[in-house]
Amino acid sequence: MRPLVARALVLAGLLGALGCGRKPATGLTLAGSTSVQPFAEKWAEAFQAKNPAVEIHVQGGGSTAGVKAAVTGTAQIGMCSRELKPDEAQAVTATVVARDGETMIVHPSMPVNDLTVDQLRKIYSRETTSWKEVGGPDRRITVVTREQGSGARGAFEDMVMNGKQITSAALVQDSQGAVRQMVSTDPAAIGYVSHGVVDSSVKGLRLEGVEPNEETIVSGRYPLVRPFLFLTKGAPSGAAKEFIDWVLGPEGQAIGRKEGLFPPAKQ
Amino acid sequence: MLLAFSSITILALITLFIFREGAPLMARVGLGNFFSTEWRPGEGLFGISLMIVGSTVVTFGALVLGVPFGLACAIVLAEMAPDRARTLLKPVIEILAGIPSVVYGFIGIVVLLPWIRSNLGGPGASALAASLILGIMVLPTIIGISIDALQAVPNSYREASLAMGATRWQTIRRVVLPAARSGLVAAIILGMGRAVGETMAVIMVAGNSVQMPRSPLDPVRTLTANIALEMGYAAGDHQAALFATGIVLFAIIMALNTVANLARGRRVKRATAPAAGAEDLQAARDDAPQGESPPGAPGVTGTQRP
Repeated sequence: MRPLVARALVLAGLLGALGCGRKPATGLTLAGSTSVQPFAEKWAEAFQAKNPAVEIHVQGGGSTAGVKAAVTGTAQIGMCSRELKPDEAQAVTATVVARDGETMIVHPSMPVNDLTVDQLRKIYSRETTSWKEVGGPDRRITVVTREQGSGARGAFEDMVMNGKQITSAALVQDSQGAVRQMVSTDPAAIGYVSHGVVDSSVKGLRLEGVEPNEETIVSGRYPLVRPFLFLTKGAPSGAAKEFIDWVLGPEGQAIGRKEGLFPPAKQ
Repeated sequence: MLLAFSSITILALITLFIFREGAPLMARVGLGNFFSTEWRPGEGLFGISLMIVGSTVVTFGALVLGVPFGLACAIVLAEMAPDRARTLLKPVIEILAGIPSVVYGFIGIVVLLPWIRSNLGGPGASALAASLILGIMVLPTIIGISIDALQAVPNSYREASLAMGATRWQTIRRVVLPAARSGLVAAIILGMGRAVGETMAVIMVAGNSVQMPRSPLDPVRTLTANIALEMGYAAGDHQAALFATGIVLFAIIMALNTVANLARGRRVKRATAPAAGAEDLQAARDDAPQGESPPGAPGVTGTQRP
């Protein structure tokens, strides 16, 4: 589906370039995190509408593949939805284009409103199995997680699990919507989704006493914030620079906000 | 001719591709790793045995529900129901086969999971839920092929049995069912193939945990779910491991189809041996439903036809 969209975009870009008789199109390839991918596609679409001379290809592959793609040059821009590891940070230049707050959600009837990261880790590693141990009713916790390789799971493992394994007893759902659906129908379930996905069918939890909202996510006070990074080999240049600047500009940020992302500025 | 060969070629290419992608990984990590119980692709652990267990559990669960209902339904439609009822009901069952699996899955999430959770306990998403949904999904396959098998039994058998004073039920049980046995076995096996290969509905209701289920209420992950869940992100060895999962699935479906064909083939031989006109006709009819193989292996049954 997504490659198809990308191809359609390329085709549209090409036609635009030919139709206007401009100079041949410049290609720009983005590859990496599947969490960033849908937003990158939105950005690419809007950017190409204004700059038909640039063809943008957006590919998935995961955050790690995004770093690799930027290092090897298979993509001018690598996409990554977690903090870079030290050796990765040396190899590429990262630009934070947006932030996403992962919100813990439970069923609206669950009396628990607040968890610590420590409690969360114990819940997801199955050391804590009952809601009673974290101030709720005496019910077995249904742990809901995302599938192996998803950016959301990767970021959750980095920020919460601290090297521990997510329990194999956890239910695995393959999209944010599926996690929300599962949590909204199970009074004993807990799951994690992007802040933009939370709606009235589920209840968002405070983490370490901090409510996830724009202020706490942008300032970094909320513990589960992951950056969406655009990676380039060396400082961005040419079409890559134009695109990144545009994404960071008012138009790009307005699109991100409309899609439920938060601006990159920290403090 | 050309078209027939092109479908075989496509099947061969698909097979070749799956094996080319998956087999090197199986060889590299070793069968010990590949059939272990640890699935942590990030750390190079590609054990799929728990997925094999998951597929087996939900498939047999589906058969426990689907076979009695399916056979009973087929017997009623083929042997007992008046023609009017049959012409009305058979298309309805065929429509059941046309409902997209995501719809079954969605009904499962919205209706079945909460019901299981509040009445039986556990997280709802479970081997039981997947079995129930699959049990309904295999019905059209089992009913359709069983009806064909039952109708292929020559009327002279029934007439002879009734003439000897047997009741209708005795006739069905002692004469018609044994005569149609191999066709019924084939129906069940093809239903099984359908259950093993189903993906979307299972992902939605099975919970997809990679663990050994200790009760029907525990979540499980099937082979198909494993591939579909992780293919979107997988790269490198992880992706190869998913193709290797596909090889295992492919082998299972091939084996099921072969068994289904053997079951039918035996019937053909037995029927043609006495060289009576009626039996020949039956053998020909018996062959007919072979085209309805599960989606996993479209050309498999076709290639074995004379």
